[in-house]
Formats: sequence, structure tokens, C-alpha cells
Amino acid sequence: MRDKILTFLERNSKVDPAELAVLLGSSEEVIAREIRKMEEEQVICGYHTLIDWDKTDVDKTTALIEVRVTPQRGQGFESIAERIYNYPEVQSVYLISGAYDLLVILEGKTLREVAGFVSDKLSTLDTVISTATHFILKKYKDDGIIMSKKNKDERMPVTP
Amino acid sequence: MRNWIADKTRALQPSGIRKFFDIVSEMTDVVSLGVGEPDFDTPWAVRDEGIYSLERGRTFYTSNAGLKPLREEICRYLKRRFSVSYEPMKETLVTVGGSEAIDLAFRAVLNPGDEVIIPEPCYVSYKPCAILADGVPVTIDLKAENQFRLTAAELEEAITERTKILVLPFPNNPTGAVMEKEDLEAIAKIVIEKDILVVSDEIYAELTYTGKNHISIASLPGMRERTILINGFSKSHAMTGWRLGYCCGPAPIIKEMTKIHQFAIMCAPTNSQYAGVTALRDGDGEVEKMRTAYNQRRRFLLHAFEQMGLPCFEPFGAFYVFPCIKEFGMTSDEFATRLLQEEKVAVVPGTAFGDSGEGFIRISYAYSIDDLKIALERLSRFVSALRKR
Repeated sequence: MRDKILTFLERNSKVDPAELAVLLGSSEEVIAREIRKMEEEQVICGYHTLIDWDKTDVDKTTALIEVRVTPQRGQGFESIAERIYNYPEVQSVYLISGAYDLLVILEGKTLREVAGFVSDKLSTLDTVISTATHFILKKYKDDGIIMSKKNKDERMPVTP
Repeated sequence: MRNWIADKTRALQPSGIRKFFDIVSEMTDVVSLGVGEPDFDTPWAVRDEGIYSLERGRTFYTSNAGLKPLREEICRYLKRRFSVSYEPMKETLVTVGGSEAIDLAFRAVLNPGDEVIIPEPCYVSYKPCAILADGVPVTIDLKAENQFRLTAAELEEAITERTKILVLPFPNNPTGAVMEKEDLEAIAKIVIEKDILVVSDEIYAELTYTGKNHISIASLPGMRERTILINGFSKSHAMTGWRLGYCCGPAPIIKEMTKIHQFAIMCAPTNSQYAGVTALRDGDGEVEKMRTAYNQRRRFLLHAFEQMGLPCFEPFGAFYVFPCIKEFGMTSDEFATRLLQEEKVAVVPGTAFGDSGEGFIRISYAYSIDDLKIALERLSRFVSALRKR
């Protein structure tokens, strides 16, 4: 049941437990209890809304930053990752296999703000060897959702 | 001038769905629950393969019976999913949708006057196709109290000296009924005893919600040699517009069906066939996702009917529910017409699928939950208003 709940919520967290119970063929109590437990266990870490900021008046700039670092003895990448992810403007930090170590996703108001963060805060960390910053020009698909998808029903209205 | 139209064609009744289609097409803001095809797009990997096949210039005819790799993939799929074994080159024919296979089966098998038993309510084309093939349709009125399953008693009563074919349309459009193993075993026993051929239309085979796989009657002992199994990609892989189906059966019958297909159609669309290979090879995950979504909507609808107090048996297949509207004292046609006029919700009257559909309406759940919510709100309002009058 947990898998089913999670699979559903991952795409649509707006649903209330009573409705989810109907859809999954369970009871409201069971669904509500499982969700609460998973929140406590931090299986569910949070709920957020996917917004296409390009359609609003708010300016946002997102950058992907490849960071190469020197792992620290006894701590590996943990402590450097923590120093980076504690900045509120940092959206995501991933440890990556391959040519670089950490992928940092950063959100700022302007290009200048992002550039400032990289040069002032990120590059100056002792263990950071190098950074490469890529600005996102357009989001086509985010978190599994196609941003500009038209949902027009092109089927004939009544068919056998 | 002479009347050019053949008598048997002129005598065919146009589909009851046509009338609703015409009314709906003239209206705006209609919320339709009348569609008999998936709302999902064809899985991208499949579409991509179709595009790729065009890019590669695969724009020629294939062999009449279909691409060898596709026929092989079909046989592997049927074995994997439904435990029926067919030989790809002699017992498998790729058709233009499942519909063509129905037509071919009747034309290959029926002599004038041979009877075709058709359990109703069912998909609209068996009867006309049987008539066009000079067969005589004999309908069985399936009953709500049997959950619209075909019973052995009903079958026995319909069999005569002239009975040649039994059409087995399960999982069923429009009722959503499924036949489980015991149900099929009872049917198989009679069919073998009376030496009847079964045309098993299993186009909705992937869409069952019993928690168990669909059972094909061809998988029962003694049935493979007297069954034409029809399936296709339209419902399972959301590929209605690709027009791709297939049938499997005894080699001598498939050979004759292929002959008609060869003269009438030549071959199924080539790029659809290439896409079909990918659909069967890599599509199980996407099929599963769609099935899960349909099942959620099915539960959602049944719950809503319960709240409305609209009686509806629990259907375990396809993507239709078939609630009963007898309490309102109207025919299905009147109910559907008024629902359309007063609340702008399009459903299909049960009678479009046979006389025994009287008193029922077909509601499709090939729609998003959000769309279903809007439609159900209107339906609920309509039903409450009727009860107050």
C-alpha cells in the first residue's frame, strides 16, 4: 500500500486522504495513518508545488554548477556538501559519479546574483577545486511534468 | 436510375452511437463520457519507433500476414501474458485493428444461413459483420444479475443445428464484465460437445482489475483448435489510430482469413507494424501504468455511483461502467438524450449495444479524474432533479 500511495503522491500531492482511499481501494484511516507515518519517518520529506515561473512576473535564474572538490579525510564529501546545501539559495546538491563530484542547483533572482554566489561563496571554499556554471535557459520538463503540454482532447466525443 | 445499394447493406441499421455523435458535435461545452478509446497518448517509445521507421524509409508493403518480427513478438507476448502458444508464421495474422479480424473470421468461416451466437450487450460490429458474411446472428441477452457474464444455460438454449460460431466478447464493451476461469470452463464444455468455433474478442485483455490476469478461452484444454483469438494494440497500448490488431488460430482458418485479407487489405500499415514490435517488446511497464490509472478511476466512479444511489454491478474489465437507470422510468435513449440536453454530459445508451442494454447507460472512464469529477457533479445534479420530480 505504501508504494501505491507514494507513486500517486509523487505526481499529485494535492489529493486528500478520503479521495485517495477511494482511488486505491483502501480506507481513509489507513491512508491517513500511512501518510502520517511516512512523514514521521521522512520517507515523505515534504510537499512542493511545481511552478512555471516563466509564466509569471517573477524573475528567477537557475544554474547548474558542477563542482570538483577534494574529499576530506574521515568525512568524504559529507561535510563539504553540508557547507554548500546550508545556503538557502541552493535548491539541490547531488553527489555525482564521473568528471566532477557535486552537482549544485542554485536559484537566484538574477544572473549577477548567481555569479556572485559562485565567486564569493562556492569557489572560496578550501576544498573546492573548480566550478563550472551552466545557466538554464528554458525548462521543457521538470520533475516528470512537461511544462508547455497542451491537454486538448482530440478524440471524437462519442465512439463505440 | 436503378437503386445501386445492395439489399443486405440497406437493411443494416446504422449504429445507435451515430445519433449521439451528431447531437454532441453540434453542442459546445459538452463533457463527454462517451469515448470508447484510451485518453492516454501512445507510449513515446512506440511513437518514436513509428517515426524512426518512416525516417528509415520503411514505407512499403509488408508480407500479407504481417512482418515476421511482429508476428514472432505477438506469439511471445501471448505466451508470456496469457499462456497461449501460437506459431508465428502459420497461425498468426496481423490485421487492421481487431475489427478487421472480426470481419475476416466471419467471412472465412460462415456459409449462408450459418448461425453466429452473439451475447449482448456487446461491441457494435459483430452483428452487421455476421450479416454481411451471410451469417444469421442469434443474440443472447446477458443479464445484470449474472454480472453480464455468459452462462452455460444461456448458451445451450441458443444453440441450434445451424450454430457455427460463438462470439465471446470479454472483457466486455460496454458492460465491463469479465469471464473468469470457471465461467469459461463451463462454456468450453458445451462448445466442444456441440462442435462450435469460438471467435474470442480479447481486445481489452490487458485491462482487467480482478488482480488476476485475463484468461483466454484458447488456453483451456481442447479449445485452442476451435478458437480464433482476436486482440490488438488499440486499448492495451493506446494505439487506436494506428489501426493495428491481430488474430491467432488454427492454421487452416488463419490461411483462409489471410487470403481474404490479402485481396481486401493487402497488409496492415507498415509503420504501425514496426511500432507494434516495440510496443510488445518494451511496453509492459507503460501498460501497467495505464491499467493502474484506469483501476483508480473505476473505483472512483463506483464510489460516486454508490453516493448517488445509482445501482451498478462492479465491472472488472475494460474501461466502462454500466449503471442501471431503470428507476427513472425512461428508456436508456431518453435518459441519455435528456442528460445531454439538460446537463451537457454525453453517455451512450445501453441499447446502442443490443436490446438487453435497455435500462443501462455506458459510462467510459477513459478520462482524467478531474474530468470525471466535473461530469459526475452534473450527473449527480441530473439524477437528484429527476428524483424530486
